[in-house]
Amino acid sequence: MRAKAGVKQTPEIQYAGTGLSSKDFKEGKILCTRWTADAKYAWDAGIAIGKYLAGFKAGKILGVRCIKCGRTMVPPRAFCEWCFKTVDSWVQLRNTGIVNTFSLCYVTWDVKRVKKPEISAVIEIDGASKGMGIMHLLGEVDPNKVRIGMKVKAIWKPAAEREGAITDIKYWKPY
Amino acid sequence: MSERVAIIGIGATQFRSITPDVSYKELMFEAAVKAYEDAGINPRKDVDTFVTCAEDYIEGTSIFDEYVPDQLGAVLKPMHTIPGEGLHGIATAFLQIKTGRFGIAVVEAHSKASNLMTPDGIAACAQDPVYTRPLRLNSHFIAGLEMNRFCHATGITRDQCGRVVIKNRGNALNNPLAGRAALVSLGDFCSCEPVSCPLTELDIAHPVDGAVVVVLASEAKARALSKNPVWITGVGWCNGSPNLEARDWVAVNYCTRAAEMAFRMAGITAPRNELDFAEIDDTYSYKELQHLSALRFCGPSEAGHWVESGVTTTTGEFPVNPSGGALGMGHMYEATGLARLYCAVEQLRGTAGKAQLKKASRCLVQGWRGVPTASTAVAILST
Repeated sequence: MRAKAGVKQTPEIQYAGTGLSSKDFKEGKILCTRWTADAKYAWDAGIAIGKYLAGFKAGKILGVRCIKCGRTMVPPRAFCEWCFKTVDSWVQLRNTGIVNTFSLCYVTWDVKRVKKPEISAVIEIDGASKGMGIMHLLGEVDPNKVRIGMKVKAIWKPAAEREGAITDIKYWKPY
Repeated sequence: MSERVAIIGIGATQFRSITPDVSYKELMFEAAVKAYEDAGINPRKDVDTFVTCAEDYIEGTSIFDEYVPDQLGAVLKPMHTIPGEGLHGIATAFLQIKTGRFGIAVVEAHSKASNLMTPDGIAACAQDPVYTRPLRLNSHFIAGLEMNRFCHATGITRDQCGRVVIKNRGNALNNPLAGRAALVSLGDFCSCEPVSCPLTELDIAHPVDGAVVVVLASEAKARALSKNPVWITGVGWCNGSPNLEARDWVAVNYCTRAAEMAFRMAGITAPRNELDFAEIDDTYSYKELQHLSALRFCGPSEAGHWVESGVTTTTGEFPVNPSGGALGMGHMYEATGLARLYCAVEQLRGTAGKAQLKKASRCLVQGWRGVPTASTAVAILST
């Protein structure tokens, strides 16, 4: 590198080793090792998630109520994390809720830029305690018109297509 | 720093090969409820710190500590997860109490082994990506190499290793929690398929599901809350070099160092005479024999004679793994050492039921993180 006039030149430092360039990689001069991890998992749904997902298959949103703190919780769990108490009082919640928070996502999960955003939202379910919501998607709505506090309802897949998964609800739309 | 630390509560689920009825959170919750009931505490009010031991690769969820607080009663409380053996968690909680800043600490570890669809593929991810993985060998080969060299150097025989399996799976018949109890005979080894010679299928502790929770307390808290505290008088841990090419396959010095650290803390100079029994790692049959000498209970070749002559049976002079060990109870990944500790506490309290030893007032508990690791943790317990 040529020193500019008036600028003090830094003496070139000689590091040990050999520098790598992308050309070296392309020409196969570098040892490359590839490994595809064979790591597959299953998750037993258990008592709470199992019943919740069975409810989805039947087109119902189920919650649980803690008799100690009085919270109606969704998604349901086998125990109240605040009271550390087993809960087994199940309640059916409504198919409606309000948008607690949302974000317009202009990149997909695998980081592809999109013009039409996906709208992720936390929806507080009617019948559950305040602040208790489902993480899901909004649809059939102009992204510019989505607001916190907006009333939305679940749009379910047809019964024959439901499989007991959170995607049994296609999305939530304003009503 | 002068306060002693005690175990005042233990809780465990059954150890079963499958648990499709509960999620891992529900499994942990069951063990936690039992431990808190045993200690007579409310986790929401009384516990100051939580330590869990889990490895993300085994859980299938990154940053696994995020998935822990709810089912332990640890929401909005100090907690962290260590990718280490359950006994590393005990050592950590022990030190936290020793600081004087925490009165009650909870340690948890669990296994949902039945949810691993490709356990061998996941185990292979622990091998060195450049030196070892390209050879595409099943991870049990490391145990095969170690067993071969260990037996060669010590004169310990195939039959003596087999007797460890017979003893431990037999002991498990008296342990209602155990998932792998069985009557095995030496003849069974003749017809058993080799996995990585000389290691056979029968020499391997098979994975099971289960959870263990332990409640630790400072001396002041323990005196106030517990009628039967079990004191932790020493802890030690140590890692050797992971290098498979140049490791000592026979002496496993890291285990000796961990034990010496714990012995020093507990003031023990003659472990064999000062301790009544041991609950130690037997992930593979030969490991119990190897660990016995590494832990300074006997000489390198003596362990084989011990198991042959009945020294380590429940009625012997120095019982080893009266619980059934991992061979008899099942291997629980990071919870394996905590299962050893759970059963040791039952012995020291005198509540081990049909497995109860005549003399049980001081013991050693040891856990190893399995292949390919050179990682171990030790605790000394006393009534």
